[in-house]
Amino acid sequence: MPKVTVDGIEVEVPAGATVMQACEMAGKEIPRFCYHERLSIAGNCRMCLVEVSPGPPKPQASCALPAAEGQVITTTSEKVRKAREGVMEFLLINHPLDCPICDQGGECDLQDQAMAYGRGYSRFAENKRAVTEKYMGPLVKTVMTRCIHCTRCVRFAEEVAGVEEIGALFRGENMQITSYLEQAVTSEVSGNIIDLCPVGALTAKPTAFTARPWELTRTDTIDAMDAVGSNTVAHSRSGTVIRITPRVNDDVNEEWISDIARFGVDGLRERRLDRPWVRVDGRLREASWAAAFASIAARAEGVPGERVAALVGPMAALEEMVALRDLLTGLGASRIECRLDGSAVGEAPFADRSHWRFNTTLAGLEQADSILLVGSAIRHDAPLVMTRIRKAVRAGAELFVIGEERELGAPATFLGDDLSALAALPEAFLRAERPAALVESRNARAEVLAAVAALPLVREGWNGFNLLHTDASRVGALELGLVVPGGLSALAADPPELLFLLGVDEIDLAPFAGAFKVYLGSHGDRGAAAADVILPAAAWLEKPGTFVNMEGRVQRSLRAVFPPGDAREDWTILRALADRLGVRLPYDDLATLRRRIAHEWPQLGAEGLAPAPWVAPDVAGFGAPSGPTVRRSAGFYTATPILRASPTMAACVAEIVEGRKPQLLEAAA
Amino acid sequence: MSDFRDFRWTPENAREAERIIARYPKGREASAIMPLLWLAQNQMRDETGIAWLPLPVIEYVAAQIGMPKIRALEVATFYTMYNLKPIGRFHVQVCGTTPCWLRGSDEVFRACFDRGLKKGETTPDGLFTLSEVECLGACANAPVMQVNDDNYEDLSYETTLAVLDALAAGRTPKPGSQIGRTASCPEGGPTTLKELA
Ligand code: SF4
Ligand code: FES
Ligand code: FES
Repeated sequence: MPKVTVDGIEVEVPAGATVMQACEMAGKEIPRFCYHERLSIAGNCRMCLVEVSPGPPKPQASCALPAAEGQVITTTSEKVRKAREGVMEFLLINHPLDCPICDQGGECDLQDQAMAYGRGYSRFAENKRAVTEKYMGPLVKTVMTRCIHCTRCVRFAEEVAGVEEIGALFRGENMQITSYLEQAVTSEVSGNIIDLCPVGALTAKPTAFTARPWELTRTDTIDAMDAVGSNTVAHSRSGTVIRITPRVNDDVNEEWISDIARFGVDGLRERRLDRPWVRVDGRLREASWAAAFASIAARAEGVPGERVAALVGPMAALEEMVALRDLLTGLGASRIECRLDGSAVGEAPFADRSHWRFNTTLAGLEQADSILLVGSAIRHDAPLVMTRIRKAVRAGAELFVIGEERELGAPATFLGDDLSALAALPEAFLRAERPAALVESRNARAEVLAAVAALPLVREGWNGFNLLHTDASRVGALELGLVVPGGLSALAADPPELLFLLGVDEIDLAPFAGAFKVYLGSHGDRGAAAADVILPAAAWLEKPGTFVNMEGRVQRSLRAVFPPGDAREDWTILRALADRLGVRLPYDDLATLRRRIAHEWPQLGAEGLAPAPWVAPDVAGFGAPSGPTVRRSAGFYTATPILRASPTMAACVAEIVEGRKPQLLEAAA
Repeated sequence: MSDFRDFRWTPENAREAERIIARYPKGREASAIMPLLWLAQNQMRDETGIAWLPLPVIEYVAAQIGMPKIRALEVATFYTMYNLKPIGRFHVQVCGTTPCWLRGSDEVFRACFDRGLKKGETTPDGLFTLSEVECLGACANAPVMQVNDDNYEDLSYETTLAVLDALAAGRTPKPGSQIGRTASCPEGGPTTLKELA
């Protein structure tokens, strides 16, 4: 471990560290544009200059220089300051300085660093360069004259997103960053280049010119669009969430989020259920809360507990699931099902917590040296798990896939779309030291789980048995035991008379045509259309909620804005409805409800990841799985009611999925 | 070959391409991009009379070595030796860097202009495209211009006109020094080491 001196402070740095990292360890801030700790080193902006001796007498780019024993580094000398000022002057030569009309203003690295190193005047009297805007798709707006050619976006696309579609064409003064032939970037995580771009060259198209960062209220939230549980910040103004950005959490999302997590939020403003509705003579009519409750109470009268059931949708938070469970218990009912995708996990012999978790953990997946996917929809199911896999593959792991052949953005060996391949896996996987299998929830039938559990995935210090969930609610629901033996099909075979739907929109409700359906949710979508009573509820950003991600990590999301109109937080609706149905739920506020949860399920009571030691399931007696994998039926940009209501997501479907360019859209309109 | 989507190597070039790719270690095939693009551009010249690289040709080369299209396009746009637009039959590249400039490259350009050539453009008859380039590496024989694969050196206004006229007339003027010296030997014969000791 080399020892270096930074401005007189001696620090010991890990082997392989750079001079920049050494400076940071000594508490010195080094300005930078191209360097990013999660991307490869480019060393092309020269903003990070420091003096290093021994070495050449000129300042050195600290981001690309390895720290070596005995170096004396100076970060504050006159020479360093002048050098950085020179770099800044060069950068600003071709920069338009159009901060007043730039969306990056207020959160721009160039603006900030120009405050520190800008000269305040220009000696450049020639014409400035101008670069045409580049079309990159419906999410990323470009103003390429502002680009300083740091190539962060290029490196992100290649290294993290796995889509080599962005590049730097031409050279020198004529260099231009563009997507190939100006096509829409086909990545599920493309929005992150907006955060990465240190200037205003890449900004968010859907929120162009809507807000300044300093006008926005920031609330820490958890993404509920998939089961990764990405840590996010909701930026709101006057009761509206304007945008969502990631929060750094190395255990979960690092500092990325998916495009649906970032841009689906404008769906919160459309097609909202903002008052109760009751079906009268076959037609839904607006109603008051009292009338809605009264019609439920009238219908529930005399229905025995075993004829009452509930389904839990993908975005439910822990609180409302517990309230729903308590309500049903009060009615003498026990049938609540969360597995709407045919997964068998949660039922014996796969009823232990370790069976439905992502046991390697998300960060731990990077340590795997061989990875098997059962089902190939991962780029849509969990884009941020795919970025972890990409990292593992870059570090040398092999990737095997059973399922339909798709472009995964990482080299993969496809073993065919037949689950019988589980019985004949390649030696490279079976003999790996740290193998990991990721079973898509929709493919987690009992035989598949049995076959995967029989693989040599678990050993001292390593558990490679992972379930890849898509629903943010799922692991929490499984921990609460919201399963019906036999699952959805058993429920359909013996349909209830009274059915509660907690944000359920993705399944065929035909088998429950005879049931009286109470829909609790935020958007007027398929579930609401089929309902007999609609109770308008808060969407995930409109309530404090606890989400358990696919690893089993408990995370709390705060309320960013209030729900519209008469909509209320789900658990309070259930609490009030219970009263009306003669069931008393023993909590009047969130804190009491959370205490109730922590009491019965201590692992869900506190934030963080409670360990779940592996319990080997008894897999005797299961036949070998065979046949094709189950395909994901939902599109990436249209998977939930919120996304379907989002104009931005509609643009994504048109321009990314269907490949139409916006001019054509205008022409067609 | 209207949109060049059916571009394929000729049998000889296919072999040459294999040979080029084999120069690089396995897994590093992308290193072959530059010579392959060059080979493709020359094949275009042989097949169509115009040495340039339409997009489908660049994509064809990229696909052969498993390189993402954008990476191949980055290379093709970076180097001036690849023509991304159709050019004339003769690509006249006149060096304007300091040594050539001091030795009279302005005169060379004047000759080109007088024959109707314009920088960055192709003459209406499709014969000549004029580019100003940086040092061609033959400064000792400045001023220099390169026409396709040949260098014409020690140029003056008159000799430049002569070269252009000969090309236009379908002849191939003798490449190299236009004042008759061999390579960069001193003008008028050796000035030193004249006798064996
Ligand atoms: S667009 Fe932004 S991120 Fe990309 S190279 Fe330019 S300045 Fe860097
Ligand atoms: S940060 Fe070091 S060169 Fe850009
Ligand atoms: S300067 Fe013209 S050839 Fe070198």
